[in-house]
Parts: sequence; structure tokens; C-alpha cells
Amino acid sequence: MESGFVKGMSVSEIRGFGRQRGHKERYRGSEYVVDFVEKIKLEIAVEEEYLDKVIEIIRETAKTGDVGDGKIFVLPMENVVRIRTAEEGREAL
Amino acid sequence: MFGVPEGLSSIFIMSLILIIRVFNMKSNPLFKTLSPYLRYILLTGYFLLSLIIIQSIGSVSYADDATPTPELNGADTAWMMVSTALVMLMTFPGLILFYSGLVKKLSALNTMLMSIVSYAIVSVIWFAFGFPLAFGKDVFGIIGRFSDVFFSHVTSLSGSIPTILFAVYQMTFAAITVSLISGALVERIKFKSWIMFTVLWITLVYIPLAHWVWGGGWLAKLGVLDFAGGIVVHISAGVSALAMCLLLGSRKDMRILPHQLGYSVIGAGLLWFGWFGFNAGSALSSGQLAVDAFVNTNMAAATGLLTWMIIDLIKDKKATVLGAISGSIAGLGAITPAVGYVNISSAFVIGVVSSCLCYVAVSYVKPSFKYDDSLDVFGIHGISGTWGTIALGLFANPVINGAKGLFYGGTHQLVSQLIGVSVAIIYCFTATFLIGLIIKRFYGLRVSRDSEIRGLDESEHEESAYEF
Repeated sequence: MESGFVKGMSVSEIRGFGRQRGHKERYRGSEYVVDFVEKIKLEIAVEEEYLDKVIEIIRETAKTGDVGDGKIFVLPMENVVRIRTAEEGREAL
Repeated sequence: MFGVPEGLSSIFIMSLILIIRVFNMKSNPLFKTLSPYLRYILLTGYFLLSLIIIQSIGSVSYADDATPTPELNGADTAWMMVSTALVMLMTFPGLILFYSGLVKKLSALNTMLMSIVSYAIVSVIWFAFGFPLAFGKDVFGIIGRFSDVFFSHVTSLSGSIPTILFAVYQMTFAAITVSLISGALVERIKFKSWIMFTVLWITLVYIPLAHWVWGGGWLAKLGVLDFAGGIVVHISAGVSALAMCLLLGSRKDMRILPHQLGYSVIGAGLLWFGWFGFNAGSALSSGQLAVDAFVNTNMAAATGLLTWMIIDLIKDKKATVLGAISGSIAGLGAITPAVGYVNISSAFVIGVVSSCLCYVAVSYVKPSFKYDDSLDVFGIHGISGTWGTIALGLFANPVINGAKGLFYGGTHQLVSQLIGVSVAIIYCFTATFLIGLIIKRFYGLRVSRDSEIRGLDESEHEESAYEF
């Protein structure tokens, strides 16, 4: 990631569930199902030519081979605006 | 000066309560004409004036009742001052952290403030009129002689320590007992209702019960023993908590989902630590008896913890943090009444049995009856206090402190203990239920559905424990 084609990313702590569902917790002998599991969400804006490279790096780093490794969603991006300079598009990235 | 004061003052206090009640009714024409501030100023003035009058008609010195030539002992006095501070620590912040960690994060502060305000209220009540009513000269076995507002005349000794030290030590007990009840009412009781409850409950439940068991009242005369508060503290808090949570009804979400279990761990540690003052301090001296109580306290807490953990491991294959600390409290609650009468091996057994009973109460009894004893005040304090008080009648070793339990050949003590437990359960449940009903009728007990969902920190205090 330090190689320069990823210029920034956001990391958030989120809760959610996928196919592995929630987990059990037990307090004073009573069992509760916690529906939402704590997860990490990465948001990375990247130029199209580096997309495959970024996906590959995430896959290699995050993979354990077990259920719950997560998913990568690829979405198109319409525009980017840098607030400080009002630059748009590729320069703003 | 000759027996008149106690009768006069109780009538006076009753009329005071009545006047405050009538004065605050919306139907009263005064209510509309005076601004709220003026009303409160008038009420405060009336209250202070009454106190002065009560004081002037009721100034009977404790010196009348002094036992022959008591002598102040420096070591006893020092240990009792330390014990008093230790018991204070149990409420604030021990119990406060213990309870607050177990609730959901939207009511974390409200849970803390309930115990804080109770501690402060009891501190005032106890010296205004609580201590003489609980520990003053006995009147017909029911209540102490009311004699001395704010202690202006007390210079006497109680055993080998100053009476006023005994009073402040007992004050910390009253404070933690009412604070314990809050655990069953969290996340739904109106804060102002809780304040009213504290005042009424201490006056009408705690003070009479403390007098009956510790102040030379009728239960004491029947031979009921309670070394450090199995009946007066744990049964009374547990049973009253049950009565109040039945009146309040269940929360929308009845689960225990601790928002900060680490708080509860610190709280439990402070409770265990403070309990040395609670139990060993109840010897009211610093000799062998205090040491016996100290060691028994630690033993029962440890076996309680380990037993709960073993049950967890057998039943669910995993030990839990909440289970461990709950077990230690179960052990501590159970050893409390017996701590100055049994030897260490009995303390071991009392702790083990207590955790088993409490585990059944919170994991099976509560879910099947579906009452919302939110933080298991009845399930842990009520059950362990009951067991410990009865256990005194079984395990009391005459070598330690005179009392002879069933296993040492005495049946009388066990009978007394059973009577004591039954009376306490019936009285606390009934009286607390009535107090709750009165508050519910005149002011209401529960916050609105919407407030419950938003959390009591926001709806009752406009504060939040965590900013995001």
C-alpha cells in the first residue's frame, strides 16, 4: 500500500452479519445470541488501473480461509472534489 | 423530659409528612397562588423550624443509659474508623461500578447516581433521626426512643468506642442496603421516585428492622443473631428489591448485557475489600473476634467464586468473568450474618452452598418466573443472606462467640434464625410493596416508554456517559 497508488483510506469499526451470522454470549447462566458481529470496514478510492492490484493485496492480507474473512465490493465513482483547492477528478484523488 | 418526647416527636414527624403532602397537592389553592420556588422555601423553613422544636422537646441525653464505667479503647476506635471508611467505599464507588458496568450504556450514569444520592440522603437522615430510632433505648421492642436530633447531646461511649463512631459506622450500612436495591430497578425507575423511595424505605423498613435485630428489639430478644447484616442488609435489600421490581414491571429488553464488564470487576474487588470492614468491623472492636471474621470473609468469598466458576465449567464448558465475580458476592453475602460465629471450615462450606443456591436462583428461578430483577439483587443478596442467616443456626461454633448451632448440638439457635428470616422476609416484602404502591399512586414509578428506549442518562439527567 505504501507503493504510492493508494493515496488514502478510511477504516471504520462496524457491526454486521454475513453468512456466519452472530455469536453466543452467556451472562449468569443465561445465553444470548448477539446478532451483530464487530467487523472492520475499509473504504479505498483508487484509480481504475490499480484496482486489480489493490484487490489482490487485500485478499492476500485478509484471507484466513475460514468463514468470516469478509467481502470486497467494487463500486464506480462519479467524481472526487478536494475541498481545500476545489480540484476535481484524478487530481483530487 | 419524662417519656413525653418520643410520643410527641413521632406525632410531630407524621404531621410534618402530612403537611408536606397536602401542601404539594395540585388541588390545594396555595399550590397555584405561590410560585414553586416560594413553596419549596416555605417547606424548607417549616422543616428546619420543626427540627428545632423536636430538638428542644426531645433532648434526652444518652448518658442516662450508660453502662457501668465504659472505657474508650484507642485500638478499637482506630479500627472502627477504618472499617467505617471501608464500608463507605463499598457503596461509593464499589457498588456503583459493579452495577453500572452491568447495565446498558444508555443508563450507565443513572445507575451510578442512584447509589450516590442514596448515600448522601442516608448520611443526613441517619443523624437527623435514623440512629436514635434504630439504636436508642428500646420502646416495646418495636422502635428506639427518639431523643436527639443531629446528635447535639451525645458524648457517651458504645462499648469501647464513642457512640457517635458506632452511629456513623451503622450509617454506612443503611446507605449500602438501600443502594443495593437500586440494582433491581435500573433502566426504568424515575430518578425522583427513587429519591422518595430512599427516604421512605430507610425510615419505614430499614430503621425498624435494624432496631428489631441489632437495637435490642423483639427479634433480638427472641435470640435471633445477625453478626454483620444477613437479615438487616442482605435479606432486606433482596426481598425489597423483589417487591419493587414486581411493582415496576419488566424492562423492554430484560437481558443482562454488560456495557463495561471491567467496571464490574473493579467494583467487585472494591466490594470484597470493603467487606473486611463490613464483617470484621461488626465485631465493634479490634481483637480476636474481628480477626476471625476477617478470615472467614475471605474464605467464603473465595469458595463462592470458585464454586460458581466450577458450575460454569461443568454446565457450559467455559468459565465467565461475570460468573466469577457474582460467585464472590454470593459467598460474601452468605458469610455476613454468620461471620463472627463460625470457624473457617464452616465459612468454606457456606460459600460453596451459597454459590450453588444463587446460581439456581438467577439461572433457573428468575427466567421461569419472568420477573425483572435486573441485576439479580434478590437472586444473589436475598438468597445468600437467607442461606447465611440459616447457616448460622447450623454451623455456629460455641468456641468462637457463644452461639451453638445444630451441628454442635444446639437446636434453639436454628429455630430463632428461622423465625428471624421469616419475619424479615414478610415484613420487608409487605412494607416495601406498600411504599412502592404509595409512590406509584401519587407520583409514578416508571419513566415513559420513549425515555426507556432513549436511556435514562438522557431522559433523567440530560447527560451521557460516552460521547461518540
